[in-house]
This record gives sequence, structure tokens and C-alpha cells, in this order.
Amino acid sequence: MLKEENKIFKNLYNKLGWELENSFKRDDWSNTKEIISKGREWIINEIKTSELRGRGGAGFPTGVKWSFAPKKLGSRPHYLVINADESEPGTCKDRDIIRFEPQKLIEGCLISSFAVNAHACYIYIRGEYFNEGKRLQKAIDDAYAKNLIGKNACNSGWDLDIYIHFGAGAYICGEETALLESLEGNKGQPRLKPPFPALVGLYGCPTIVNNVETIAVVPTILRKGGKWFASMGRPKNTGTKIFCISGNVNKPCNVEEEMGIPLKELIEKHAGGVVGGWKNLQAVIPGGSSMPLIPKDLCETLKMDFDSLIAAKSGLGTAGVVVINKDQDIIKCMARIAKFYKHESCGQCTPCREGSGWMWRILERAARGEATHKDIDLLSDVTKQIEGHTICAFGEGSAWPVQGLLRHFRKEIDKRCFSEPVIKKEREIPYLVDQHLLEK
Amino acid sequence: MSLKKVHDKQPDDFEFTKENLETANRILKNYPKDKKKSAVMPLLYLAQEQNNNWIPLAALKYLGKLLSMPYINVYEIATFYTMYNLSPVGKYFVQVCTTSPCLLRGANELVKTCQNKISKKQETLSENGLCSWTEVECLGACVNAPMIQVNKDYYEDLNKNDMEKILESFMQDKPLKPGSYRGRLSSEPEINEKKPNGINNA
Repeated sequence: MLKEENKIFKNLYNKLGWELENSFKRDDWSNTKEIISKGREWIINEIKTSELRGRGGAGFPTGVKWSFAPKKLGSRPHYLVINADESEPGTCKDRDIIRFEPQKLIEGCLISSFAVNAHACYIYIRGEYFNEGKRLQKAIDDAYAKNLIGKNACNSGWDLDIYIHFGAGAYICGEETALLESLEGNKGQPRLKPPFPALVGLYGCPTIVNNVETIAVVPTILRKGGKWFASMGRPKNTGTKIFCISGNVNKPCNVEEEMGIPLKELIEKHAGGVVGGWKNLQAVIPGGSSMPLIPKDLCETLKMDFDSLIAAKSGLGTAGVVVINKDQDIIKCMARIAKFYKHESCGQCTPCREGSGWMWRILERAARGEATHKDIDLLSDVTKQIEGHTICAFGEGSAWPVQGLLRHFRKEIDKRCFSEPVIKKEREIPYLVDQHLLEK
Repeated sequence: MSLKKVHDKQPDDFEFTKENLETANRILKNYPKDKKKSAVMPLLYLAQEQNNNWIPLAALKYLGKLLSMPYINVYEIATFYTMYNLSPVGKYFVQVCTTSPCLLRGANELVKTCQNKISKKQETLSENGLCSWTEVECLGACVNAPMIQVNKDYYEDLNKNDMEKILESFMQDKPLKPGSYRGRLSSEPEINEKKPNGINNA
């Protein structure tokens, strides 16, 4: 279990107060000037030593991402964009960081902006988090008043302005290029990569896009040293992470823990166990809805970090753990997730736009017991046709949960299916007629 | 992508009030001078707030002129994002999260309560014209599930009884306070283990 002194977000539950004065007591802003004076190279190297991986889902090494930004400021300005468009079902960590640890985020913005040569930072926060955004704006205003950000921030000689931009309820804007499109005042539809945003991003300028949690841990890492961060967790999966445990557990909660913590410990110790006991567990979605589910027998020994979960054919994603117990209908549950993806597809690529609806309709049919065995094969085929054929990772995100269901719960689905064809009698029809118009 | 219907009865014109115009100019300063278009999302919110929580077509045209962008671009943004209402909603606009984590903890019951108390169909005004409701996708408070958003506030950790009380209070125009209804301060683990609401829901 993570020791209290190693926790980064000491005020995750707002027991110590979120205000600026209270955050000073937790060492925020204590030696920001000193950190910045050590220079860009040192900051990026320290983050590389810490092996911090992005907390937004893909797990890309943050230090490496920063080093992609051009070293010298050219004719175009650089931008830092913070992705606070947290909409992945099962995930609610960024909300608590924004509500209760806003100064950590703001300080992280200043240091990261310095590291990537940016003088302007946009925080893209989802529209539903209106009150959280208001809180963040208050925190930013407080920081401006104390000259912690703004002109010559913290007397470091670096100028930084932070702006908040509200989204308006589109899940896809959590994808970094869609987010940039949305910031530019367009529909949030992802761009083709390359060019990557680090070279051509917001308004065609070099832009680094990072998740809230990634940026908020940066000041603490630099203060305590990259080695300290790397000493926690497992190699290549270092540090601490906020896990959100929701669904059928006795005490759903957010908790900061070491990477690589066993899933069973996470559920039993922190979330009060599965409703109806561990034996009543059916499956767990380990990393937000776009990651494939994991059945009970694998959950016994599973460790929660990027590489262990990839080995279990799933992924850590955003670490939103959704626990499903045996009282639930797993097919209905997955059908609801498929409906989510159908609703949120941006409509740009045909496989995703059409396929997500297709998957949802077949799963609904399967849940009602009206699907044939052939339908399930078709479903499997559709997921394969979406995966890898879209501009952004939304395609995978919508196909993987269904693939996970088919991989682990094929028997349950097959039990509800029947083999009778929908069209019973074959009639001789002289020319092509849409089959579904025929009488059943 | 959301399906949206534009309201039948549209006002003829729309203009920002003097105050809102000042706010709009302040918002425009957040973006580079030649990138006025970026301000379209915050300005749509502003228009929505000014016009009883829905955006008429006249406002889209007005914003197009204000930001020197084609009307169709403003229109496509207003229809792409789900939080812009293109037809009137109730004074209390109840949005029930029904995505899986909430569903597992009983969001179905909340939907049924809405159907009984407000209106049979979503996005239809209640008889007294004060409330309307809709199902929405994940609102990002999964640890406090099931939950609803009413206008800008989150009501968390609900069960059927709480939901009935809350809706009743809206119907009488005396809204109850937002926040957790099991006495939680945030997303901390509860000290007293209580039986979670609704186990057999999905």
C-alpha cells in the first residue's frame, strides 16, 4: 500500500482545503523559481528519469513527448493544451484534481509551459464540469493576484497566461486533435496524424497536449526528484496513479495508489469489496469503458499497470475500474456501452459511424434473445472491420469492449441465441428485392 | 453525433444585451486576434444563457456576423455538440446519466421516476412547464453514481426516494440543494458501509 508521505494528491478528498493558502501548506509553489532556473533540459531529463507515462489513456512517455516540441522558438508561438475533457465512462479523477488540487495543476502548467517554450496555455474542460471550471477560474485568478502566473511568473522571467475553454458535451473532444479542432472553433472531428500536434497543432503551431493528472504530478516529481517517482511501481510503469473504482462495490471511491497494485487489493481494501462478496464477481472493466473487460478468474492475480494489463489483452487506459457482479446482465451492460459509442461517434469515418450503431443493435438483440448464431459471427466481424480502419483511436475504443465480451463470454451469448433463420421460406423471386421486405 | 430538432417557433431576431456584449468582448481577448472563430463555443453558451437556456436560429446568424464566420459553420457547431439546446427546455433541465457505471447502480429507477413525475417522453416539458428531462451519456461522476445534472449542478449518490423528493421540489419551484445525498463530501470511501441502491438493474 502507498505510504501517506508518498501521496502526491494529499487533498484528494478536500479534507485540507483547496484554497491557495492551504495549498501552500502542501508545498505547492514552494520553490517554483528554483526549478525553472535549472533550465529546460534539466526538467525534461528529470521527467524522462521518472518514466512518467501520460495519464490520459494511451500511456505515452511524457518526457519524450515534450522533447518533440521544437527546441527553439521559431516564427510561430508554442502552445500547451491541458486535456480536462474527461468523459470516459468510469473515470472521474480529473474532476477531483480540478476541484481540490487546482494549484498543483496550475503550477504544473507553468513548469510544463516553460519546458515546451509556451507562453499561452489553454485548459479544455468539459462543459458539464461548470462548477469545477468556476473553481479552477477562481484558483487561476488567485494565482494571478499573487503573481504566481502572468507576466514574470514567480519572478522566474517566464510569462504565462492560462485560459479556460469549456467543451460542450462531446466525448470525442478528449482525442487530442479533435480537442484542437474544437478549440479552433470547429466541430470536434479528429485530424489525420502525422503531422503530430507537437509540430503542427493549435492554429498550425507546435502544441503539446497533456492530461490533467500528468501535468498535476509534474511539480511534485521535480521537487522530490525523478528517481523518487521511479522508485514506486514497477519498471516502465512507475509512480502513483488515481484509480476510480465504481460499479458494484460496497464503497465506490477514488484513491491514489502505486502503479502495479493487485486489482483484488484495490477492490477489497479500498472499495470495501464486491457487492455480495468476491465470489459474486462477474467481470471487471479495468480502464474505462473502451478497454476490454476481464473475467473473474483473471482478476485474482491481475496487477494494475500498463504492461500487465496489455498482457491480459486489456489496458490500463484511464484507470477507471468498473466492477460488474453476477447480479448484472453482462450483455445488457455491454450493449449500453455500445450505445454510448454509437451516440458519441463523430461521424467522420464510415466504419466507426456505421459500425458502432451496428454493434449496438446486434448486442441489444442478443440481450433480448432475438439474435441468431450467425449474428454473433457477424458482430465479431464488424468489430474487426472497425478496428484499425479509422482516423483516431475511437474505432478501437468502440470495438475492443465488444471483442472482450466475445472473447470471455461467448458461451453466455450463445446460450441466448438460436439457429433458425429469420426468413423461413425461400421463395423464388425473379429479381432482386430487399430481403428484409419479405414476409417472415 | 446527436440528433437535434430545431424548434418550430423561432424569434425574429436576437442580439446580445449590453452586458453580454462586454462579456463577449472579454472572451474574445482569450484567443489570438485573428482567430475570433475560437470564441464561438463560449459565445454560444452566452447566447443560450441569455435566451432561457435555448439557442434560436437568429442567435446563430447573429454570432456568425459577430465572429465573421459563415452561418452554416455556427449551425454545424450548435448541432454537433450536445449541450447546446436548439429548442426550449424547462427551467429545471434534468439530465440523467444512464451510462454503464450509473446503470449498474440503478439509473433505470431514476429514469422511471422522471417518466412518472415529469413527462412520459424525454425532452418534453412537464405539464406546469417548469421541468424537462433527458438521458445523457457519462457525466464523469461515476464514483458517486447514480447521479443527475440539473442545469449546472450535480446531484449525486441518489436512490429512488431521493430522486422523487428532488423532482417534487423542482415541480414546486423550490429546488433542493445539490451535492451528495448520502452525506459524502467528495469521492472518498464511505466510513459507514451502507447498502448501495438498486443491485439488479442492468
